[in-house]
Amino acid sequence: MREYLETNYLNQETTIKSWLLTMDHKRIGLMYLFAIMFFFTIGGCLALLIRLELLTPAGGDVLDRDTYNVFYTLHGAIMIFMFIIPSVPAAMGNLILPVMLGTKDVAFPRLNLASWYIYVIGSCIGIYSIVAGGVDTGWTFYTPYSSTTDTAVISMTFAVFVLGFSSIFTGINFIVTVHKMRAPGITWFKMPLFIWSLYATALIQILATPVIAVTMLLLIMERTFQVGIFDPTMGGDPVLFQHFFWFYSHPAVYIMILPGMGIISEIISTFSKKKIFGYAYIAASSMAIALFGFLVWGHHMFTSESELAALVFSFITYLTALPSGVKIFNWLATLYKGKISFEAPMLYAINFLLLFAIGGLTGIFLGTLSVDIMLHDTYFVVAHFHYVMMGGTVIAFLGGLHYWWPKIWGRMYSEKWARVSAILIFFGFNLTFIPQFIMGSQGMPRRYWQYDGLANTELFHFYHILSTAGSWMIALSFVIMLIYLMHSIKNGKVSGSNPWGALTLEWQTPSPMPAHNFLEEPKITHGPYAYDEVEAERTID
Amino acid sequence: MLLNAGDKTAWLPQQASTIAAEVDSLFYFILYWTVFFLAIVVFFTFYFGWKYRNNRGKGLTSSNDHNTFLEITWTAIPFILVMIVFFWGADSYIKMNIIPYGAMEVNVTAQKWSWNFKYKEGFSNPRELVVPVNRPIKLILQSQDVLHSFYVPDFRVKMDVIPNRYMMTWFEAIKIGEFDIMCTEYCGKSHSEMLGKVRVLSQSDYDKWIEEVNVVDESIPLIDVGKTAYKKYACNTCHSTDGSTGTGPSLKGIWNTIVNHENTAQMLVDENYIRESILNPQKNIVTGYPNGNMPTFKGLIRDREIEGLIEYIKELK
Repeated sequence: MREYLETNYLNQETTIKSWLLTMDHKRIGLMYLFAIMFFFTIGGCLALLIRLELLTPAGGDVLDRDTYNVFYTLHGAIMIFMFIIPSVPAAMGNLILPVMLGTKDVAFPRLNLASWYIYVIGSCIGIYSIVAGGVDTGWTFYTPYSSTTDTAVISMTFAVFVLGFSSIFTGINFIVTVHKMRAPGITWFKMPLFIWSLYATALIQILATPVIAVTMLLLIMERTFQVGIFDPTMGGDPVLFQHFFWFYSHPAVYIMILPGMGIISEIISTFSKKKIFGYAYIAASSMAIALFGFLVWGHHMFTSESELAALVFSFITYLTALPSGVKIFNWLATLYKGKISFEAPMLYAINFLLLFAIGGLTGIFLGTLSVDIMLHDTYFVVAHFHYVMMGGTVIAFLGGLHYWWPKIWGRMYSEKWARVSAILIFFGFNLTFIPQFIMGSQGMPRRYWQYDGLANTELFHFYHILSTAGSWMIALSFVIMLIYLMHSIKNGKVSGSNPWGALTLEWQTPSPMPAHNFLEEPKITHGPYAYDEVEAERTID
Repeated sequence: MLLNAGDKTAWLPQQASTIAAEVDSLFYFILYWTVFFLAIVVFFTFYFGWKYRNNRGKGLTSSNDHNTFLEITWTAIPFILVMIVFFWGADSYIKMNIIPYGAMEVNVTAQKWSWNFKYKEGFSNPRELVVPVNRPIKLILQSQDVLHSFYVPDFRVKMDVIPNRYMMTWFEAIKIGEFDIMCTEYCGKSHSEMLGKVRVLSQSDYDKWIEEVNVVDESIPLIDVGKTAYKKYACNTCHSTDGSTGTGPSLKGIWNTIVNHENTAQMLVDENYIRESILNPQKNIVTGYPNGNMPTFKGLIRDREIEGLIEYIKELK
């Protein structure tokens, strides 16, 4: 059965104005998708240059000191604030959440459009900092360096302040939509797990984001009016800044990873044709992680806070980490006795399982007080958070992108090239970051422009070469991905409404989706993962 | 012992302090069981993936989505393991933080981008911390400007250095030799050049060193004293000798030239000018370097070293 909805949300109206003033969550989601991919490309190119500079121990091969410091700061700030945080919620969530809930839009479409504009304005302010000479503080903006350096700190921190509002708007929209606009029959415990994860994320977004906004504002005041909150020469406390910063930025880690976990639950269930194992556990643990995530910020500061605080934060960290670990077992158990097929989204889900497992397990080292003392601020930490953020969130985002791509465009990408790219990313990623674990535990500090003249220089050099080679493999797979995805928009095979044979609601409407999501009222006859009751019909060819 | 590999391994640097062996045992304990869990995840991913592949058309899948025994097991075992790790880690962390009574004290000053070690005997030694072996050393750390972090990988010691307060840490070296000191909290432009060395000596060598270091050796030519001081006080992190621009002006060819200043009048680079620039660097700020944040070296640098630097600058044509 071939089907392609001729009049759909993409071509119902075609003027530029109809895009720029759209209230349609799908169009806004798509505009978010293009915007974040633009910033992902910039952030990625910066990463390649940083890796290239580290290819040799001496500094200055491709970047001088200042440029290196600016580039790694921009890489972090762009990737975190302009890519990862909006990636799954604002782009994938906007595209899919209302359709999954069987409703025709989010609760506040105007607010939704406003959030996109605020995102674009915020990002432009952030990018302006490059023109204004760049920021060299690291994405963590630690005081008193950030309050005294003469680089463009204000424009970047103000960008973070502005971007926060876009995040809060999306959060409010999702919470109200989930509470008020579910189609009849979708009770709380019949919601897909992706929705649960976005709901938990939205709660963190509106509770935690104001804290970073206030912190950034205080930092700007500190720089402009010398108020003396963080700068010790004026009687301030630099550690206070770290508390404020991580009080947001640790929960923000869950803003980044929870929606990714939601995507993985969807993909694994769909491609195993199996009821998800421990639905209630996964849903409840997302909510628990959202709340307990607020209580562990101090584990970023084991080398700067009091001993007692370090003990308490280490303990709570383990309690919070456990549910994430158990989720991996739930996904594995879902595979058991399933009917597994390995299309590209499933390959990403498997990438996620393995990479996120490494990311989670290496977190155990860092949560352990005495071991963290030696690993803190080394490449071990760099590798750990790239495993969680890139191996976790970005891989899940790519999985979701491939999973919902036919729903978004009504056309399918080249399966062969998608598999090539997914496998290449897996190997490239491990080649890049496994060496970083080893150099980290051997003592290579992070944020180093050169590493010449150390007892371990030769060893570090060897691992840096591997790591840089890995970064080129990742870059290659992204180039391949860009080509086959762009090619498929116009030339891909028509995918039909339900190419994967999934049971959630978005697959029961034609592809690309009609402007109001459904041509007729969606009927809920079964749960989102009831593969034990119904066999969904796959519609590709 | 499996848990204590002793010397340098593929994962960890050599163990050169009393605490290192204990931290390493815990590191390996975590490494082994996390690798075991990773193996479980990898095994079941591929085993299930292979066993239940292309199972299509064999009816509906099972509705089993719950198994209390299994779920309790896979929560309880990791829970017990992380609790072991927590208490073990807390125990060794507390040991790391209890400074032994009677430890030898050294004051450490961190500033952009150098370390300076002040001894009770009344002298200071930039860039190099010289200590006796097998004796607990207490470090009292303070920063002159921004955050820094004192890190010696071979000792498994790290402590953030925060302006306007003292941070304490300690170690006891068990090996004689030289060990890297690195700054691990980003502190600006030359962060990666903020390096130093710990030189661990036997007690008798240490006593000898203490005596020698207080005497200035008049037999060394002035220019060599200057060259050594240039590196010792980390002048090279800001002032190049080849004419390239750094955080501060290059020293090449400045002798006997007229220099313009941001805040004061033009001046001739002579003996007094160089002395003033080292001891009171904020007084005359060279045009083009408005944010010069050079710290004073008053009380740190010896007269003979200043004379040496003057000689050295004269030679930099």
